[in-house]
Amino acid sequence: MTTPSSQQRLRDMMLVRRFEERCAELYGAGKIRGFLHLYIGEEAVAAGLLPALGPADTVVATYREHGHALLRGVPARAVMAEMFGRVSGCSRGRGGSMHLFDAERRMYGGWAIVAGHLPVAVGLALADRTLGRPQVTACFFGDGAVAEGAFHEAMNLAALWQLPVLFVCENNLYAMGTALERYQAQPDLVLRARGYGVDAASVDGMDVEVVAAAARDAVERVRAGKPFLLECRTYRFRAHSMFDAELYRGSDEVARWKQRDPIALLAGRLRTRGQLDDAALAALEQDVAREVEDAVSFADASALEPIEELTRHVMAEVAP
Amino acid sequence: MSRTTYREALRAALAEALERDPRVILMGEDVAAYGGAYAVSKGLAERFGRDRVRDTPLSEGGFVGAGIGAALGGLRPIVEIMTVNFSLLALDQIINNAATARHMSGGQLGVPVVIRMATGAGRQLAAQHSHSLEGYYAHVPGLRVVAPATLEDARGMLATALRSPDPVIIFEHVGLYNLEGELADDAGAVDLDRAAVRRPGRDVTLITSGGSLGKVLTAAEQLAARDVEAEVIDLRTLRPLDDATVMASVRRTRRAVVIDEGWRTGGFAGEVVARIAEQAFYELDAPVARVCSAEVPIPYPQHLEQAALPQVEGVVRAAMQAVGRG
Repeated sequence: MTTPSSQQRLRDMMLVRRFEERCAELYGAGKIRGFLHLYIGEEAVAAGLLPALGPADTVVATYREHGHALLRGVPARAVMAEMFGRVSGCSRGRGGSMHLFDAERRMYGGWAIVAGHLPVAVGLALADRTLGRPQVTACFFGDGAVAEGAFHEAMNLAALWQLPVLFVCENNLYAMGTALERYQAQPDLVLRARGYGVDAASVDGMDVEVVAAAARDAVERVRAGKPFLLECRTYRFRAHSMFDAELYRGSDEVARWKQRDPIALLAGRLRTRGQLDDAALAALEQDVAREVEDAVSFADASALEPIEELTRHVMAEVAP
Repeated sequence: MSRTTYREALRAALAEALERDPRVILMGEDVAAYGGAYAVSKGLAERFGRDRVRDTPLSEGGFVGAGIGAALGGLRPIVEIMTVNFSLLALDQIINNAATARHMSGGQLGVPVVIRMATGAGRQLAAQHSHSLEGYYAHVPGLRVVAPATLEDARGMLATALRSPDPVIIFEHVGLYNLEGELADDAGAVDLDRAAVRRPGRDVTLITSGGSLGKVLTAAEQLAARDVEAEVIDLRTLRPLDDATVMASVRRTRRAVVIDEGWRTGGFAGEVVARIAEQAFYELDAPVARVCSAEVPIPYPQHLEQAALPQVEGVVRAAMQAVGRG
């Protein structure tokens, strides 16, 4: 695997941002329904982390995973078609926004029971270990997951069996609308991992270059055969979902965090280094906008699955 | 033929599975060093090693979830849960993850995990180790649910379950582990699709599964002594239900009693009765009856526990009523 340039990471984050801004508009237009959890503000975590993985590694993520799917290489067309519930979607439209799967790219969801996918990630790593494969499973989850029993059981199992799982905690400071210090007696989440014998580090999740460096180091440790937890301190700029009046936080707090917008942060740094100018930035903007618009057109033109197929994909079509 | 027990038949099936396929692992609480809470896996850790016969912490959600992940990752895990009551701690994993992964991935992923658990009452283990919650699982699309009631099925269901690309839940009734009998030396894989007629008869159909089969067969003998020939159907697979075998029998006998150790209200027996009403109503000569557990958490004292469960006398009484001689 090759390490992407900073320009590439900037484009990655811009793609995710643009994609989701369009999703919000399309939600308003009724093209996308159900829950829609935007990752806007948190893009540096996926953009910093995912390129550190190889193609045979496995990604397991939450219901706020549009960015993870896109940056894992799932085509924007397939992701957008999934949002539209079309049969050309990456999960045939059966999953929607919260359940993006692409087996070929080892994007293994898209899970929407908070922390329920952590034991699954442990099992994926157990399979790799048992079959002698050198793969890593990267498991993303939010700070809210740390309050679930499944987090603790998964930490213990991963440490006890020394399994190659990289736990990536996207700490955006809120479990839906409840602030971390209002639901955790010990808000230092890294201590939770260390308590189970899982090595852990905490980094600035708004700075993609910091995340990327930490990710390289963490993946190396995990590939050597030990679980690791990387906490990325980040912030969600938008509401939890489309049904959130954001009564639990002040606009001043949101504004403060927006000063550290991961895209602006990297773009500013690249300008200072002389690696980006207005023309290059405009070209990138155009480029991602084109990719997103192409995905929207594709999704809109895609067919719905025939109702006759309703009960397919429940059990394998060849019984034992 | 050789003399064996239900427990030994299960163990032979596990050993064969571990022997045949390196992707098979057995994991659960006390399956290795202790030999299994019901001694089913005794000796397997010594034979196959602690990596393939793996003790787990008391973390049902965690290790069932890990079994699901391991299945997604290419293993063929057999996960043992000590008892059905403990499986409630893993209900999230089984229902929200195992049963949905294929569907919400649009058919891309399958979860070929086998989850075995003890179920049922009769050993005075009181209200947190004795329930029959098979119906909870039989309710859920995406799962296959089986209940071996015989030595042949104890020996043969596992191999077929391991070939399933989808999750299979195997319910082993605690009252059956010591069941003894003759088993063919070449006993092997059996189907997981069909109900079995365990005793043919023309007067009334008795439909049951798992731990109640023995009681129902005894009831059928007592009925025969009173000139009532009962046909006994062992459902074997609770999901998907083999309607065809049930309806074929009911259409002949025109009478049916469903015997289920679960509770009556909202229970599995109600599902069987409803299907008979939907598919064979005009061929019935009597209301379909149910013999279920009393609506009480299973009590500890033996006399109360036995009073709470379906018993031979209750089955005989219900069958006599169905044939108009009650």
